[in-house]
Amino acid sequence: MQKLGDFKLPHFFNYPPYFTLQPVKDTREKQIQLWKELILDYCRTQKIFVIGLEEEFPLFSNSVIERSLSHEARVAFLSALVSDGRAEWLDKGHRKCLILWHRIQDWADIILHFVKNNGLEDSVMTVEEIRSGVESRGTELQGIDRTILMRALKQLEQKGKLAIFKGSSTDDEGIKFSV
Amino acid sequence: MADLFPPAAELTASGRPVLLSNEIECSILSAVDLECDEIPSFPLLKSGIIILTTHRIVWISDSTNSSNSAVAVPLAAVNHIFSSKKSIKSMFSSPRVRFQVSFPSGGGLRSAVVTIVIRGKGDHEVFVSKFWENWRAKAWENDDNNNTKGSSSSSASGPSSTGSGGFYSSEGTVRMVGVSGILRKEQEMWENTDKSLQEAFQDLNALMSKAKEMVTLAEKMRQKLLSSTNSHSGATNDDEVASKEEIQDWLLSVGIISPVTKESAGALYHQQLSRQLADFVRTPLDIAGGMISVIDIYCLFNRARGTELISPDDLLLACSLWEKIDVPVMLRKFDSGVMVIQSKSYSDDEVLARIRTLVSKPDALQFGISASDAARTLGIAPAMAKEHLLTAESKGVLCRDVSPEGFRFYINLFPEINSEDLYLVKNYTIYATWIKAVTANRPR
Repeated sequence: MQKLGDFKLPHFFNYPPYFTLQPVKDTREKQIQLWKELILDYCRTQKIFVIGLEEEFPLFSNSVIERSLSHEARVAFLSALVSDGRAEWLDKGHRKCLILWHRIQDWADIILHFVKNNGLEDSVMTVEEIRSGVESRGTELQGIDRTILMRALKQLEQKGKLAIFKGSSTDDEGIKFSV
Repeated sequence: MADLFPPAAELTASGRPVLLSNEIECSILSAVDLECDEIPSFPLLKSGIIILTTHRIVWISDSTNSSNSAVAVPLAAVNHIFSSKKSIKSMFSSPRVRFQVSFPSGGGLRSAVVTIVIRGKGDHEVFVSKFWENWRAKAWENDDNNNTKGSSSSSASGPSSTGSGGFYSSEGTVRMVGVSGILRKEQEMWENTDKSLQEAFQDLNALMSKAKEMVTLAEKMRQKLLSSTNSHSGATNDDEVASKEEIQDWLLSVGIISPVTKESAGALYHQQLSRQLADFVRTPLDIAGGMISVIDIYCLFNRARGTELISPDDLLLACSLWEKIDVPVMLRKFDSGVMVIQSKSYSDDEVLARIRTLVSKPDALQFGISASDAARTLGIAPAMAKEHLLTAESKGVLCRDVSPEGFRFYINLFPEINSEDLYLVKNYTIYATWIKAVTANRPR
């Protein structure tokens, strides 16, 4: 089976029509479904948070069968993820897309688990510590995209689970948990 | 049975009269009644189409349903045509043509006066003059002569029965008996053929006037070729057979002896043309497998008509009239605008099944098929093959692959792929077969 780095590709990745946006409704819906799953799978295992449409993205071309997705097809597949709530456009021109293999709500839950597991219920941490601190090593929070993290934290703040206070620079934005 | 007058006429599936050999249509009028007060058993023949040919007057009921009935009065039976009286009364009533016919009845001959009442708007004067012309020309007598002189023509055409026996025919020429007879016949035939060829090519006008004979000649040559291939099939090599078949096809497509023309059919032109076309397309349709493009038919039809060409508009109009009459063919327009003629029994399912088989072959699984691949395998024009492929795509049988290499179609695997588990491959699915085909042939 073909691989992309350490990512195992499904068989249909070598099926040429998979790379052409299908015009027939039923076929197209199934094709989009398969692309959505594959993109989320790939991003989850490779810890990819942002797909830039104008940059090379390994999943969007297949050198074995010499096919790659057209711009239109890329937009179609990512837009489908956006409408599912599994991605968000980062700009109005739809050039960068944030991939949410966990929804923001799920990320927030993961943070709460992390806090409880590490006994941090009443402590203070910086945002950067959550992303790359000792405690987060080996968890899903390691290397999390800053935008996603901030959105999850803000959601928790609204629920009164924590408070965000600003420092002089982004690096020292602090979090006061109160779970 | 012999008393039945007028006798019924045979019709084609689309309601055109079956013509006798050498019979040509001359004039067609609509809304015509046939009346005869003298014969009690004379049927009620109201507002039908009347077709004057060189041999007969054919009356066809003008109903659009399938139960068309028709009768025919042979011109040979006409004794007298009464010239119409010009009177004030005749100016206001429908034009009438009266003629006297004789027919066998109860062992003897009876004669009666039949009236043609022309209620339609057609040009009845042309009809009457053509009627006179054809009646005087006695085309049916030529047929009788031909039959007597003797090519083996077995058609019981016309009301003929040349009952003369013995070694001498009615003209006194020696009848063909035995081997010498066959040789003489052959010789005579070749002389005639030679003569008509020479005459025909003298100039174009001569060719036009010889057109009918040319068609007959072509038909004869075809028959000859056919019989010679049969008898020498062991001895001839493939090349010869192929070239003979080619010539046969050629000759086969030479002729509509009596094309419907604007002159002969007038206002009924398109309707009659439509019916004739419906009869004509059946052979090419069978050869093409039930569907043929309108352009192909246009070429074939005009070639068959020879000199009386029709315009593309006329052809389209004739095709579109098929909806209104009961014929076994129909015009179909694809979404892309390509128009085809197909028989009503033709089913997309059959083509779909053939396409499915085509794309399931190992090579096609891996590399897909193009429209020209499909055209070659299905034996149809590429434009139509593409239509079939697009139809198959819209039904979810195929899906497309557009790449710098071109536009290709693959069998649709999407429905078989599990979107919950992208790596799941069920056994005995086309997806599994496809994986096998692809991994077996992968160069790397």
